[in-house]
Order: sequence, then C-alpha cells, then structure tokens
Amino acid sequence: MNQIKTMFAQHPLFQDFSEEELEFLATCASAEQLDAGRILFQEAQEARHFYLIREGDIALELRHPKRGVITIQTLHAGDALGWSWLFPPYSWHFDARAMSHVHLLAFDAEKVRERLEQDNSLGYRLMKRFASLMLERLQATRLQVLDLYGTPS
Amino acid sequence: MEPLHSTSQVPMLPMQPEPYRIERVHKDTGDTFTLELKPAAGNAGFAFKPGQFNMLYVFGVGEIPISISGDPEDTASLIHTTREVGTVTRAMRALKQADVLGIRGPFGSSWPVLEAKDQDIVLVAGGIGLAPLRPALYHVMNHRSDYGKVVLLYGARTPEDILYKKELAQWRSKFDLDVFVTVDRATGNWQGNVGFVTQLIKRAPFEARNTTAMICGPEVMMRFTAQELIKRGVAKEQVFVSMERNMKCGIGLCGHCQYGPHFICKDGPVFSYAEIAWLLNLWEV
Amino acid sequence: MQGYRLEPSGLEQVFEKLKSQSYEIIGPKLKDDAIVYDRLTRVKDLPIGLTDEQGPGYYRLKKRNDDAYFGYVLGPQSVKHYLHPPVFSLWQAKRTEDGFAIPKERESAPRYAFIGVRACELNAILIQDKVFLDSDYQDPVYLERRKNAFILAVNCTQAAPTCFCSSLGTGPKVEAGFDLLLTELINETEHYFVLETGSEKGQVFVKDVNLPAASEAELEAAQNRVKATEEQISKKLPTEGIKDLLYASYEHPHWDEIAERCLSCGNCTMVCPTCFCTTVDDVTSLTGDTAERVRRWDSCFTSDFSYIHGGSVRPSSKSRYRQWMTHKLASWQDQFGSLGCVGCGRCISWCPVGIDITAELEVFRQERGQSESN
Repeated sequence: MNQIKTMFAQHPLFQDFSEEELEFLATCASAEQLDAGRILFQEAQEARHFYLIREGDIALELRHPKRGVITIQTLHAGDALGWSWLFPPYSWHFDARAMSHVHLLAFDAEKVRERLEQDNSLGYRLMKRFASLMLERLQATRLQVLDLYGTPS
Repeated sequence: MEPLHSTSQVPMLPMQPEPYRIERVHKDTGDTFTLELKPAAGNAGFAFKPGQFNMLYVFGVGEIPISISGDPEDTASLIHTTREVGTVTRAMRALKQADVLGIRGPFGSSWPVLEAKDQDIVLVAGGIGLAPLRPALYHVMNHRSDYGKVVLLYGARTPEDILYKKELAQWRSKFDLDVFVTVDRATGNWQGNVGFVTQLIKRAPFEARNTTAMICGPEVMMRFTAQELIKRGVAKEQVFVSMERNMKCGIGLCGHCQYGPHFICKDGPVFSYAEIAWLLNLWEV
Repeated sequence: MQGYRLEPSGLEQVFEKLKSQSYEIIGPKLKDDAIVYDRLTRVKDLPIGLTDEQGPGYYRLKKRNDDAYFGYVLGPQSVKHYLHPPVFSLWQAKRTEDGFAIPKERESAPRYAFIGVRACELNAILIQDKVFLDSDYQDPVYLERRKNAFILAVNCTQAAPTCFCSSLGTGPKVEAGFDLLLTELINETEHYFVLETGSEKGQVFVKDVNLPAASEAELEAAQNRVKATEEQISKKLPTEGIKDLLYASYEHPHWDEIAERCLSCGNCTMVCPTCFCTTVDDVTSLTGDTAERVRRWDSCFTSDFSYIHGGSVRPSSKSRYRQWMTHKLASWQDQFGSLGCVGCGRCISWCPVGIDITAELEVFRQERGQSESN
C-alpha cells in the first residue's frame, strides 16, 4: 500500500493532501502496465477509472468513418488521464491506446466518487485540481484547433 | 561652380540588391522550399548572425524579407527557407537551379546565442518558425560545450508539414540534444506527439532558472509559449521572440515595420519578451 | 542681434546670386488655388499680396491690402517634397548573363535653394535629419539633397488659427538651421526686410551683396513683428507626459469615436512635414529586360501599409489613426528623441473632415485626468 502511495503522493494533482487522504487514495489505486498498441479504454465504455501515466505515452483517438483512426492528443509520463469518471453518465468519449509500453496508476472511480460525495472538502480540492487540468488542456486544444501554422488563404 | 548634372558618388547601397545564383532548390513540404544561393559573381562569403534576415528580390516582381536559415559558420552559401504565401514567394518557387535572385542584407538583430553561454537552451518553433531558429541551433551545436542542456520543441500543423525531416532525425539521434516534435493534427500513421507545442514545455528537460529560450512562430503561438515558459520559471528577460511585420526597406527608413516604439527591421526581428510583452497583448498594433 | 536691411528690389539680387551659384530656387508660388513650393525664376513668382485663411478642413486664399511677399501662413506642401521626393526611382536593373546588373552611377542630386521656409518647417527638416541621417543606414537620396540645400528662412508675421508651434517650441521665430533669414516689414509708408545670417554659407553669401546694416529700430520692429505673431497663436498642444498618456491609451474607446469621422484618406500624412514613410513599386519593361524600383510616399492610413501574408495588421481605421497619432506624439520620442510634430497645423487644415490632433489629444488628457482624480 505504502509503495503505491509513493507513486502518486508527489503528483501535483494531490499536492498538500493530508496523509489520511493519500492513504485513502492508495486504497483506490492499482499499478498497471500496458503493451504498446493495446487499448486502455474505448469510447462509450463505462469510465471505471482515472489514471496517472508513470511511464510511456498514450494516444487519445477517435474512429472516423472516412478518415480512420484520428489521434486527437497524446499524453505522457506525469499526465493525468480521464475525467469522464467525474460526470454522469460516466462513459469514455474517446479511445485511449498505448503508443509505447506504459506504466499506469489506475484509481477506482466509484470508490473515489463515493468519498468525494461525503467529504466535500476533499471533493472540492480534487475537483479544483481537475478543473485546472481541464482548463490547461482546453486552452492548449483551442490553440491546436486554431490551425495557427496553416497557409493563410 | 559645380555643374548642374554630373554623376553622383553617393552609393545607393544598401538599397540595391546584389545578384545571387541558385545552386540548389529543395522542396521541404507541400508549400515550403529551401534555396541554396551563391553570389552570381565572385566568391565572397556571406556572413550573418543567427536570427538575421535578408531582403530577397525576384527580378521585376518584388522584394520581401526572409530570415536566413543556414549555418552561420558556413559562409560559403546562403540558405533561405520560404513558404509560398504571396506574389513574390510564388514567383520565387518557380525559380530553378542557375536562376538569379537579388539579395540585400543581412539586416536586424540576432538570437542571443553568445549571451546565453553556460545556460540551458530551449528553442521553441511553430510551423515555418523553425527556419529562423535553425541558425541558432547550428551555432549552439557547433559550440556544444559552451551550453548546458539543449532542447528543441517543434510544433507543426500536420506530419506532412514538418520541416527539415532528415535533419530532425539526425538531431534526435544525438545524445546531447533533446528534440520533441508535436503536430496539431495527426494524419497518416503518425506515431508521434499530438497537441499544441506549449504542451511540450512542462516535460522538456531543462532548468528553468538557468535557461535562455528562443521562440519563433505565429504571434499567438509565441505569446502563449512565452507565458508557459515563464510559468515554468524562465525569467521573461531570458525569453526571446522573433517578430514579423511588413517591410519595404529593411534598414529603418520606410516606416512600415513599426511596432509601437520599435522598428522590427533594425531593433528586431529578435526581441526579448520583457521588452515587447506590453505590445503583444494589444490589438492591431 | 545683428542684421541687414534688404529692400524688396534687393531680393531679386539674392535670387540672381543663388542662380549664379547653380541653385534651383524653390519657393512659394500660387498654383491650383493654393500656395505651394515650386520652381521660381524671379521675385515676381512669389505670391505677392496674397494670404491664406485656415481652419479645420478649411483653406482659402484671399487678397491682402498690401503687396507683402510672404504675407501668407503655410501652404499644403513643405520642403519635404524636395528633400524627400514623393516619387523617386531608386535604381534601374538590366538583365545580363549574370542575372541582372544595376549601374552604379546615377545622376547627381539637384542643388536646391529653399525660399520662405518657416520655423516649423525648419524644425521638421531637423527632425527628418534624425530619421534619415542619424541612423545605421543613411538615406542617400535625402543626404545629397540636404547637403546641397541653401535655406532662406522667413519669420512668420502672422499666424493661422491652426498654428500651434509656440507650445512645441518650434516657432514662430526661426532660431536655427538656416543660412539666411528674412523678417518682412510692411506698412503704409515702408516695405523692407531685416536679413540675418545663420551659417557660414549665409555669411559668405551676403558679404558681396553689400547690404546696409539694419538700424536698432528696424531690428526691434522685426522682433516685435514675430512677438505679435506669437501672441496671435491660440491653439496649444501641451506636451507634458504626452508619451505615457498615449502609451496608456491604446485601448481607449475614444479611438472608436475618432474612427467614426476619419476617412482614412491619408491627407494628414501627405501634408505632414515630418511623415517619412515610403513604399516601393518594382516594375519591368514590357520585354522584361529592364526592371526598376520606384520609391513613393506611403501612408499608414492604407490597409496595404501593414499587410503581411494573410492580411493587414491594422485592418480598422481606428488602429490606423491610433498608429499615426501615437507615432507623432509618443513613439517618435523613443525612436528619434523628439516629437514627430512641429505644430504647423497642416493636418488640421487639410483633413477633409477637420479632425484636430490637439482637440483629440485633449480628450485623452481630460479623461485620464478624471480617471486619476477619481
């Protein structure tokens, strides 16, 4: 248990969390590995976990009837992955595929949610961290879709 | 008494282009090409500082500013990478080996490669912005032991738009240079990073407090990149950007490239972010 | 003060001497219902007995009650037309086996003698000197013309309601930068000039014209005349804190209000004696064997001016007016160490909708003052 805790205790997502809170999160976490090319989750599946990437790269993908598989974004060591677990109907919006051999920490979404519902202080703090993460990713995505390097017409 | 009409000895230089012959044309991407040039007459080398630009003239068509993208220590030939975006660049793209172009330059300020000695170097390029940064990277790699960590972060539109692919592969294989490439839109079987170039900053290996960063790309990209670097701890005086504006003369006389109090052609194109941050956030300056 | 008395008839002698020194005489002349700088051959070419009435968007000529030679205030043009020509062929190139060649030899610059240059215009020349000559690269076109120039300045003996040189310290009294200076004195009984020298070139020039020294009374009359002119000037452009004021006003809504009136015609930039911007046209002969680069005045009020691939950096007329005014009064100080305005008021007279730079500045100043006191 303690070993798992050390894997995420320093992550900015959980910065300044109490020892008790970290220990609780450790009970929700499990270490996982995924070979390159394997699917971590698929669109429309139930979002049972959120992840911290410890090593390796993950691609968020979308299957397009004409263009095939499109990579929307890639995530890397240190990144948190997944926020569909936070909101009903708790289902993934994209596919996630390992681009290389990946080491992950998977957190049990249901268990974490239950605690957050009861412990609003922890709920607020974790939600704030996720919100700031989402904002950062949204801003980068906005720049990405602006097509800034395109040839002006 | 002086005669009314004699000939003048005051030279029109540097207003007159010098003829340069195209030694080689290389097509980089769908709309980008690189010209290798040598003086049409004589063997004079072309000395410049990384980040400087030339005015390139296509006979009878027009003249535009283009940054120099070759190795500053290889003065034998002059290298320009250009994207076809207007009348002059369109005409330029139609030129072939042995055709002649006019050159005036080099003009403008340069990347602070000498001042950045002993520091970590972070180069952030967006799109065609890699071309003006390449001379800085050449310099740093030529004098590798003068610097700490060296990182190149490069964002392109799609995998097809990635410039200098062969060279990037060589750079990637070096142990003393970290190269990260990302694309906005993945196409084909691209297996690399997807996301805006700012996303590369947080995981790039450099020590922010001892870093000089040089950014070149579209203005919006440079603004957000500078902010991201500063967020990571790089001093804003140590962040440099290269600006672009309309230019007719290149020597501070035509007035076109004014940017607040600055003339991009002579005070720039390279500025410290600290110097121009106040202008970058104003509309239509 | 030291000076000479010059009779109106003596001015012809000055003209002749300038011609004998192979100067082309450029001075005020009636043309197209305005007084413009043009080639003069004799004193009779001057706008004798004419004066001008000016106001925002207003310029009319009127007959005077006397035969004063310099009895007008300012025409639309300044000597900028000659020192920094509106259109100039920078070079011609011929196709050759080595691509192209540009002949190194060019026709030498003309030698201009400018007659009737006013204090504000002289200060504009001094400002353009900094722009074109105090730079890493000098403008060879300006340099040659400037070096060759002979300047016969004239003190203003009347002011227009559009004048505001006195608040900028650029007039109405001519202080420096001239070779010869005239103050015209005319009343029912007398018509003469007090002539002063301002350079070695000017001293040498008057030496062999053999003029009588002006009397104390005549010198005093000349001084009083200029003082009286200064008293006529009512318009002001207070310069204190002007740079910070404008730099702080980039996002001010008043630019929108100005833009509702501004036509983006660029008249203000054309008549301004300090505006220096140019563009180039690269043209070829029909056969394509020769090419030429023609430089011409440009205006920051056109959308092409700031065009880079993809569009104009300043698409709105508010950003263009803001660029112009901020340049004149703020960024010019950072670039060249002075204002880019000499208070001649031409931009006010020749603006088709009568936009008055001093009035617009006052709006920014007032609102700034209010927001500071709140």
